[in-house]
Amino acid sequence: MAVPHYMASGMGGIRTAGDLVARIEYDKNLKVDKAKEYVAKKLGLDSLEIADEYIMRELREELKIGTVTAVPGVPRGIAAKMNIEKLLDIKINSCEKFRGMLN
Amino acid sequence: MTEYYTRMGDGKRVSMTKEQIMADLQAGTADAADMGEIPALSSAEMEQLFEIIADKNRIVGVEPGHEVVLTYDIGQLDFTGDNGNSGNGVDMGRLESALLHERALGADTFELAHADYSIKPVKPIIANEMQTMEEIQNEIVAPYFYGAMPNMGLYYAPDGPYGNPADLLREFKMEESMASSEAASEHLARDIEYVSTRIIQAGADGFNFDTTASAGDADFVGTLKGVEALRKACPDAYINVGMAGESVMGIHGGMEYDGKIVAGMYPHQQVKVAEKAGADVFGPVCNTNTSKSLAWNLARSVTFIKECVKVASIPCHVNMGMGVGGIPMCETAPIDAVTRCNKAMVEIAHVDGI
Repeated sequence: MAVPHYMASGMGGIRTAGDLVARIEYDKNLKVDKAKEYVAKKLGLDSLEIADEYIMRELREELKIGTVTAVPGVPRGIAAKMNIEKLLDIKINSCEKFRGMLN
Repeated sequence: MTEYYTRMGDGKRVSMTKEQIMADLQAGTADAADMGEIPALSSAEMEQLFEIIADKNRIVGVEPGHEVVLTYDIGQLDFTGDNGNSGNGVDMGRLESALLHERALGADTFELAHADYSIKPVKPIIANEMQTMEEIQNEIVAPYFYGAMPNMGLYYAPDGPYGNPADLLREFKMEESMASSEAASEHLARDIEYVSTRIIQAGADGFNFDTTASAGDADFVGTLKGVEALRKACPDAYINVGMAGESVMGIHGGMEYDGKIVAGMYPHQQVKVAEKAGADVFGPVCNTNTSKSLAWNLARSVTFIKECVKVASIPCHVNMGMGVGGIPMCETAPIDAVTRCNKAMVEIAHVDGI
């Protein structure tokens, strides 16, 4: 079911900015159009461009917020999410827990 | 007369004329409007639905810029589970499954799940689930939830400590049946608080309550009270409340939340109590009737979900799995049907996600 839904209307997760829009829907209870506007503004793009794989692939690597392909040295996981926190001006639970483990 | 390939609610391919499809669209929306006391779809919306159903292409999709967020239930069990969970029986670790969804399947979010996908069996192994959550959070980028069904049926005999309300009703023990539902509901709320707050402590982005109210009104109230407790303990947790059906079954009949009887609530009413409890996103459901056509089921589903989205203050991610949201009730839902239902929900019901 995941594939046809993605093909029909999915944003594409970290292929584009789908993970970022999802975070804003949950974090700020914004409906999808407003959540896209929020993310687009933070990225300096428009709502159409944030779901464009061509644009987002390069931008995600540049911003160090996780890429869909494996690039040695480019942040993923907690490191990428710490950069997403700064980009979107939000707190992410797993990053908070990670920071709490440091001396 | 031109005929169009379409589907029945069980997935079987049939061909119908435009007049037959339009008649089923009319009947489907009228059924939802009558049951939910909500507006039916307009003539223009039904014409739009017909164009989606009659599209000659194998798969259809939304216009660029109209994409929505996808959330998931059952977690890694879609790969690892058996056919009871529509799983593929591919044994793999939960980390691998999560990263495959994120990096190969375009998932906007994903979740960790227990093999039984219910709150109750997670309780004794919560430390194991916390450990796995911590590990996967170190690798994944997308929002990563813990998912489970409240599944209050597990609290009744022979699986649980409380008498089965259905059995008690058959014995005309009305008060005992209601008391059993109330006790199970309170137990469920306590277990939700225990499990959900601990998994958030382990770094989960949030909790996905899936198939809420599958055991009826007491299940719904117990879940809402559990959501309340989670929201109070973890103010920043992402909370997703997904439902089991378009109407809450009144197994008890008198259970209330926020001063309202929940039995018989439809999606546009369910979302308001979910908001009150503290949900961030609501997952409305409309079940598929296998004896009716895709047109009938989709029109009925879109009617219910459109009204829910309209009144909701929070985003709505409609349930679009096998047998819900107009999608045929079969293990291998045909992709022509899935993509048509998807497009209709985004473009006519205006959902925020799926």
